[in-house]
Amino acid sequence: MAMNRRQFLKGSAAGLALPLFGCAGVASKGAGPRVVVVGGGFGGATAARYLRLWDPGVDVVLVERNARFVSCPLSNLVLGGSRSIEQLTFSYEGLERKHGVRVVQDEVLAIDAARRQVRLQSGEIGYDRLILSPGIDFLYDQIPSLDNVQAREQIPHAWKAGPQTVALRRQLETIPDGGVYVIGIPLAPYRCPPGPYERASQVAHYFKQAKPRSKVIVLDANPDITSKKGLFTKVWSERYPGIVEYRPNSKVIEVDVAARTARTEFERVRADVLNIVPPQRAGNLARDAGLLTVDRRWAGVDYLTYESNAVPGIHVVGDAISAPPTPKSGHMANQQAKIAAAAVLALLRGEPVNPDPVFANTCYSYVSDKDAAHVAAVYRYDKAKQALYTVNGTFGVSERASEQEGEFANAWARNIWNDALAT
Amino acid sequence: MKKTTALALALLIAFPVSSALAGPSRGQALAANCAPCHGTDGRSLGTTPVLAGASRGDFVQRMQEFRAGTRASTVMRRHAKGYTDEEIVQLADYFSALQR
Repeated sequence: MAMNRRQFLKGSAAGLALPLFGCAGVASKGAGPRVVVVGGGFGGATAARYLRLWDPGVDVVLVERNARFVSCPLSNLVLGGSRSIEQLTFSYEGLERKHGVRVVQDEVLAIDAARRQVRLQSGEIGYDRLILSPGIDFLYDQIPSLDNVQAREQIPHAWKAGPQTVALRRQLETIPDGGVYVIGIPLAPYRCPPGPYERASQVAHYFKQAKPRSKVIVLDANPDITSKKGLFTKVWSERYPGIVEYRPNSKVIEVDVAARTARTEFERVRADVLNIVPPQRAGNLARDAGLLTVDRRWAGVDYLTYESNAVPGIHVVGDAISAPPTPKSGHMANQQAKIAAAAVLALLRGEPVNPDPVFANTCYSYVSDKDAAHVAAVYRYDKAKQALYTVNGTFGVSERASEQEGEFANAWARNIWNDALAT
Repeated sequence: MKKTTALALALLIAFPVSSALAGPSRGQALAANCAPCHGTDGRSLGTTPVLAGASRGDFVQRMQEFRAGTRASTVMRRHAKGYTDEEIVQLADYFSALQR
């Protein structure tokens, strides 16, 4: 079990009582160097595990505000009705028990990069290197009526898995046959490019079984389906004819919360269940630490180390960074976390980092309760351009969804959860 | 031998920053790429093949077949094209040395 604040302050967990708080600046002498990882999602949890796996001499503290990890991948299946949120929920216990990561459940108040300290509600903690995996936050200034908690209970985004996912599923369950579900998709880049289209497919799957006269309307701010286009087009016309209606260039610019109506530049669309995924930027922690160097939305990093190009000593991984042409996916966060972890270990020793990283992405989308399809690619680093590129011939999408790929998607989920959390 | 151990211990205490390992080997870092689908250190929990303890020769041959398109696959024909011959051998060395 993760330590709560009081236990952590008292240092009561057996043998782990190192002087974490109150030490000025750098990690305490006498122990190994300390890496603090902030954010226990796919990026942060994987980084914490691999730091310890590759060098048990490093003191690794993982700070996460939630008691448990809830997986975004597969959460659309909760909406489709074939998975429960409990099946996607995991503790951080494995990281502590099997790898000696010290997991602290707390909220980060501020990062003081000059003094290499993270300020938590319970006190301060020094680091030699910080790995930040802050995820995303929403640009509510672009849809102001959603900028309050009550509105988000009625119009859930469900783009962070957990209570929002459960709330959206409940709404889908309560509407009558013949009801309308509307999903609003923001302009790219956003977290999980194929995710909204998978979600439309999952809701259509549920409607086909339980409420066959109901409709799914996709309001996409983008000019076209941004990921796995041919696949989703085929799925909607072959499996869900008359259920899914796709409208490109339909950016939701405002929402009438009480009337459950989305407004685009051209029309007003009324829904029984309205699911607006707002436009996104890097998580608040990255913004507050002054890391958003790309379009003032994303953290710019060095792709050999994932160290911020604005603030030394802070490495950023996951959806919060700008790393074209790679997608914002849990799989990418997993791969970035490992490159960052290896680089951090090298830097702590004053050794050169790997100059030629290679890494891969595989994103599965479920189009029903059983069938899935993939998009995959391998990426490398171009030294001259200091940029990432897709290796020739590696990018591709399944021709059609299949049960076999559904099984691979399930294996992927089990393995990537375990890879991050040592479940 | 004992002296060496004692010295090593003393050094560890005197220079606690240096730790047992020097970070991942190239093969180990490459193998970490495979973990999301094939499990940490290739010990898959699902229907994807276990890579830990694979025969070195079989591993290299399969990757070459995936790359050439002579072996049926879903995603592996894409992934296999991303690695050099040398990297495929490094992966094979790493996985074949692991216990299944």
